[in-house]
Amino acid sequence: MPFQGVDFYRIDDLLSDEERMVRDTVRRFVDERVVPIIDKHFEAATFPSELIPEMAQMGLFGGTLPEEYGCANMNNVAYGLVMQELERGDSGLRSFVSVQGALVMYPIFAFGTEEQKQKWLPLLAKGQKIGCFALTEPDHGSDPGGMETRARRSDKGWVLNGTKRWITNGTISDVAIVWAKAEGEICGFIVETKTPGFQAPEIKNKLSLRASVTSDLILDDVLVPEANLLPNSAGLKAPLMCLNQARYGIAWGGIGAAMACYEWAVEYTKGRIQFDKPIAQFQLVQEKLAHMLTEITKGQLLAWRLGHLKDEGKLHFSQTSMAKRNNVRVGLETARLARDLMGANGITLEYPIFRHMCNLESVYTYEGTDHIHTLILGEHITGLPAYK
Amino acid sequence: MKIISCMKPVPDPASRLIINETKTWIKDQDLTFVASEADNYALEEGLRLKEKHGGEVIVLSMGGEEAARVLRSGLAMGADRAIHLLDPKFKGADEFAAAATLAKAIEKDGGADLVLAGVQSDDLGTGMTGTMMAEFLGWVHATVVVGVEAAAGGKSLKARRELEGGINETVELPAPAVLTIQFGINQPRYASLKGIMAAKKKNFKVWTAADLGLADDAVGKAGAMYEVKEILIPEKKSKVEILGGTAEEATAALVEKLRKEAKVI
Ligand SMILES: Cc1cc2nc3c(=O)[nH]c(=O)nc-3n(C[C@H](O)[C@H](O)[C@H](O)COP(=O)(O)OP(=O)(O)OC[C@H]3O[C@@H](n4cnc5c(N)ncnc54)[C@H](O)[C@@H]3O)c2cc1C
Repeated sequence: MPFQGVDFYRIDDLLSDEERMVRDTVRRFVDERVVPIIDKHFEAATFPSELIPEMAQMGLFGGTLPEEYGCANMNNVAYGLVMQELERGDSGLRSFVSVQGALVMYPIFAFGTEEQKQKWLPLLAKGQKIGCFALTEPDHGSDPGGMETRARRSDKGWVLNGTKRWITNGTISDVAIVWAKAEGEICGFIVETKTPGFQAPEIKNKLSLRASVTSDLILDDVLVPEANLLPNSAGLKAPLMCLNQARYGIAWGGIGAAMACYEWAVEYTKGRIQFDKPIAQFQLVQEKLAHMLTEITKGQLLAWRLGHLKDEGKLHFSQTSMAKRNNVRVGLETARLARDLMGANGITLEYPIFRHMCNLESVYTYEGTDHIHTLILGEHITGLPAYK
Repeated sequence: MKIISCMKPVPDPASRLIINETKTWIKDQDLTFVASEADNYALEEGLRLKEKHGGEVIVLSMGGEEAARVLRSGLAMGADRAIHLLDPKFKGADEFAAAATLAKAIEKDGGADLVLAGVQSDDLGTGMTGTMMAEFLGWVHATVVVGVEAAAGGKSLKARRELEGGINETVELPAPAVLTIQFGINQPRYASLKGIMAAKKKNFKVWTAADLGLADDAVGKAGAMYEVKEILIPEKKSKVEILGGTAEEATAALVEKLRKEAKVI
């Protein structure tokens, strides 16, 4: 049975024809192509790279960027719906698309030269090149400003040294957007991964986002030509702008995962008989279902409004923080409640619940931890930063 | 090549169908409509032929708002323009009236090199509209097509047809022709996001019965050759008989029944 969507508040009525069509197309793609294979990839800890060509043909990479670079130029609500549906399939797949679009194509688009855009964006949109975004380091996660990766000027360009950790797509990338301190200031570099001195070993034994590749990047005297410096990227603000793009997508994605779990919880509890009744008929079970639906609906409205603020150019990053923080919490809580309601069956890979639950633990941490988004809101409310 | 691909709106296969009060059709107010599955295969085949040989692909559909929706999905998949046959008079058409109306629209658009239709629709499934359309147009046709090749700039077509018993035959047809396309001939593409965004800007014609020069009694219910008397859900008939006694007795009784009643041994 294909996914019917969760729409208690007729949010569909708020969507344009195009937005609905985008959502329905990706929904069908996820039902037909992702759902049947994703548990095997999760179990084997492999990324479903066989899906890349079709995702590229659909235009899922960098979907909001202009047509002149081979992108779809869709609005942010449509883009958000894409993220929602992909994450309903698996957070790993959504992560891949987030990184390729919001963290690789977006910085080239926003901070790159015209030549860099012409060269890279069409290739990345077509999925002929895969990218990664390297900000986090072993000793600098929530505080990337403390990064130790350095770019030293040489007569042939820039020489990069340092180690990055937890880099999504790292091992399978052709190109990495590496953030490094150059003459004291953080800058972004387009680094081709085949450059001598560049290594990207995969981080093994993850129990979360198993259908996504996560890697260390080791940069040992990697020579990057001057033409590969993103010229308008100076300062920590630049990578944070990228993260805001990706966080926006996660605000929708969290709800997608929640919808998948909720749908299963409803189906399962209606069919599971204990004490001669479907367990869905017990008050304690209904309370949990009612709570899930309420939280999903609130999260949907938060994401929808966020999309409109973004499209109208009125978005403040603290609003994105609120939605990322809330909607990932909703996803995780819904997954845990669904797990509970499905009893022992809830812990297996036969159902998507536990997989979503494990995945969302990463989503809770990356792109700004739950704490960090709380502090961003705290600073916005009080004017007092509490990070240090 | 000018290719016209017909698309019929049918209830989304995931919908729950409820029979209407007069028991002549299903309640369709709250249903979501999608293109009949075989029509997507037909359109995909049309798009591939265009990619190979150039030309244009036009999607054609008759029906209310649901047909417009299906046409937009065809445009999003890559069709160049759409023709929507929209008129309350078209309601209640059977295959005959539908084929007559579609054929008129094809003529009004200046004909085509190739008209594609699904082998059958997901709702009625009679598989007649395509062939009747060919008859109205006075063109040759081939049914249950599992492979298409065009030659001589689209002036000649080679179609592989599926026969019974796993056998295929290849037929050569001069254009213009009508082909009804079998399920599974290809893998229909997903609409691209770019295609969805561009769909709104594409040429979208809306024609009524009057535009087609069709008399009121030639279209819709009035133009139909048959009338649906009743729509019903088949009664479930299951007869279960438990044979008692010892294993030997039950086996003997079973063999007796298989021989005398079921007549299978
Ligand atoms: C699967 C996965 C994929 C990832 N992909 C990428 C990627 O592609 N690119 C990339 O650059 N990074 C990536 N990351 C890294 C991710 O962004 C970091 O893990 C995240 O920023 C947190 O950093 P950390 O893990 O070092 O935790 P820490 O920063 O050490 O945090 C540990 C705990 O301390 C808390 N904490 C830290 N500082 C404060 C404070 N001031 N106040 C209160 N609490 C605080 C945190 O909230 C958290 O609870 C990925 C991570 C994962 C798990």
